[in-house]
Amino acid sequence: MSHTSQPVFDPNEVVVFSDSVIQQMNEVVKKFPQDKEKSALIRILHIAQAEYGWLSVLVMNKIAEFLKIQSIEVYEVATFYTMFHLQPVGKHVLEVCRTGPCMLVGSDQLIEHMENKLNIKVGETTSDGMFTLKTAECLGGCGYGPLLQCRNKYHEHLSIEKVDALIEQYRNGEIQ
Amino acid sequence: MKNRRLLLEHVDVPGIDGIDVYVKQGGYASLEKALKKMSPEDVVEEVKKSGLRGRGGAGFPTGMKWSFLAKPEGVPRYLVCNADESEPGTFKDRYLMEKIPHLLIEGMILSSFALGANQSYIYIRGEFMYVLNILEKAIAEAYAKGYLGKNILGSGYDLDLVVTPGGGAYICGEETALLESLEGKRGNPRIKPPFPAVKGLWGCPTVVNNVESIAAVVPIVRDGGDAYAAIGIGRSTGTKLISACGNLARPGVYEIDLGLSVEEFIYGDDYCRGIANGKQLKACVPGGSSVPILPHFLVTKTATGEDRLMTYESLAEGGFASGSMLGSGGFIVFDEDQCIVRNTWNFARFYAHESCGQCSPCREGTGWMEKVLSRIEHGQGHMHDIDLLADINKKIEGNTICPLGDAAAWPVAAAIHHFREEFEWHIKHPSEAQTRNYGLIQQPVVA
Ligand SMILES: Cc1cc2nc3c(=O)[nH]c(=O)nc-3n(C[C@H](O)[C@H](O)[C@H](O)COP(=O)(O)O)c2cc1C
Ligand code: SF4
Ligand code: FES
Repeated sequence: MSHTSQPVFDPNEVVVFSDSVIQQMNEVVKKFPQDKEKSALIRILHIAQAEYGWLSVLVMNKIAEFLKIQSIEVYEVATFYTMFHLQPVGKHVLEVCRTGPCMLVGSDQLIEHMENKLNIKVGETTSDGMFTLKTAECLGGCGYGPLLQCRNKYHEHLSIEKVDALIEQYRNGEIQ
Repeated sequence: MKNRRLLLEHVDVPGIDGIDVYVKQGGYASLEKALKKMSPEDVVEEVKKSGLRGRGGAGFPTGMKWSFLAKPEGVPRYLVCNADESEPGTFKDRYLMEKIPHLLIEGMILSSFALGANQSYIYIRGEFMYVLNILEKAIAEAYAKGYLGKNILGSGYDLDLVVTPGGGAYICGEETALLESLEGKRGNPRIKPPFPAVKGLWGCPTVVNNVESIAAVVPIVRDGGDAYAAIGIGRSTGTKLISACGNLARPGVYEIDLGLSVEEFIYGDDYCRGIANGKQLKACVPGGSSVPILPHFLVTKTATGEDRLMTYESLAEGGFASGSMLGSGGFIVFDEDQCIVRNTWNFARFYAHESCGQCSPCREGTGWMEKVLSRIEHGQGHMHDIDLLADINKKIEGNTICPLGDAAAWPVAAAIHHFREEFEWHIKHPSEAQTRNYGLIQQPVVA
């Protein structure tokens, strides 16, 4: 099963959704019939994560309030799906596919190299808060591996050299 | 081009992701034809005649599935497109949606019309968020041209189409898990019956179809079901997208006529052009990670020496003893340097990770298989582990709510069946197990 990390609750956190987030959430809700607003939940979690980088308990509570559902209905969904980060992450989360077809073309070596290069293990964040390294199961790009995903972008046909250059580009802000 | 025929014909035309270019290439002509000259029943009839079988993996006849849809008075019906594409080895739907999004949208409108749905959904895996953006842009274009919304092309038919993302979970490709997820819940598969055709999305009758199945309705309506059925062999009609990956000289997405020989597909100039780096073929998983692996001598020929063809029937020839399945068309090729034990462990880890956890045989069994395979791969295995794997397998098979349990069990069984000596070698040579490759296995001599 997917998730092992515990959601984070900080009673001192203040969560105020920006107008842009509220507008995006309203637009998603409109896509579903009345009384079926809960269907908007997963997309709203993506919107909130794009805004905050990760999902704290208070952010999830706020989403529950917005959708008029119980908080537990949000937690149980957020903990089920692998894309949601329930703990703080680095500025860039690099998710490398580790499944069979990618392994056949070198994903094991790529992951090992990235651990050394970033000086962290899979699941950890660099001390400067720049990168979190994760592995993912098949990302649906198996013919273009090895590959990684960072937010909405796929970086494909990677090699050791290419991934080094990519990390530099992220570090220098050349890719957002 | 030989490998782009009905679906991918115009895929390389610049700007084909926009509606104007798509229309110029003959796009939305099938929709005009259906709405102006055909009844919904006529469309269903053409799909039945075409022999189209579900392209999501199971190969169930699409026309027949459509005719099972319950139609109680006053209850909405839904069409849901399965764009969850997460089966390892499969990346064809992403290619189609990204390159030629209007083909899927036209297919959705045609299929919704045939089923009498006025609200349809495309459920796309969350990782494909950039593809979701492409689809939403295309949908907005279709609304602007009057292909979606109220009174489409003056026909009196109304349809709204929405794309909605998942959150990262392989199991949401299973159709009832998908519906749960679409309702904003955890992706736990439902107990069947009732089937979605009777109680699907929000308890209403629902058809769930794969992206490629829905896209295929466009050429079927344009050319007629008989013309589609004329392509292919026997009950494997039409064209199929094959996503080829692993150690191939030219991996990628190909549209083949069903019935092409596997030999031609792997080695032909129009297709994969052989094994990468001049190496030899060791094994092949022809239909996505859930189908049985074939050793090199059963890939291009069946056990009886016939040419193996890219059809549902030929790939399955020989059953579990010497065959496999066409599945989703995720064609994974292993060269002589690959380790079968490591790959089997990798896939077992995938299923353990992706089990939704509802049924104990699947939740516990996939975890056990992963552990046992990991110890064999890492030089800590015992001979009795091989029988232990077979035993766990038997306890999962057929004892679970959804087919993920079987999908996890069968590949392990097939790997042990064909590559037992490689597993034994790992156990006997613990210090070399992780670093040295066993090599090709020999074809058994049949007396
Ligand atoms: C574990 C599991 C994963 C599946 N994943 C997918 C998938 O990613 N895409 C898909 O179209 N079908 C998938 N299926 C098959 C669907 O349940 C369903 O049969 C299919 O969407 C029906 O469409 P079709 O008849 O057009 O093939 C999966 C099935 C199982 C059991
Ligand atoms: S077989 Fe596995 S994935 Fe399917 S419902 Fe049971 S636990 Fe979930
Ligand atoms: S195995 Fe890596 S994208 Fe499919």
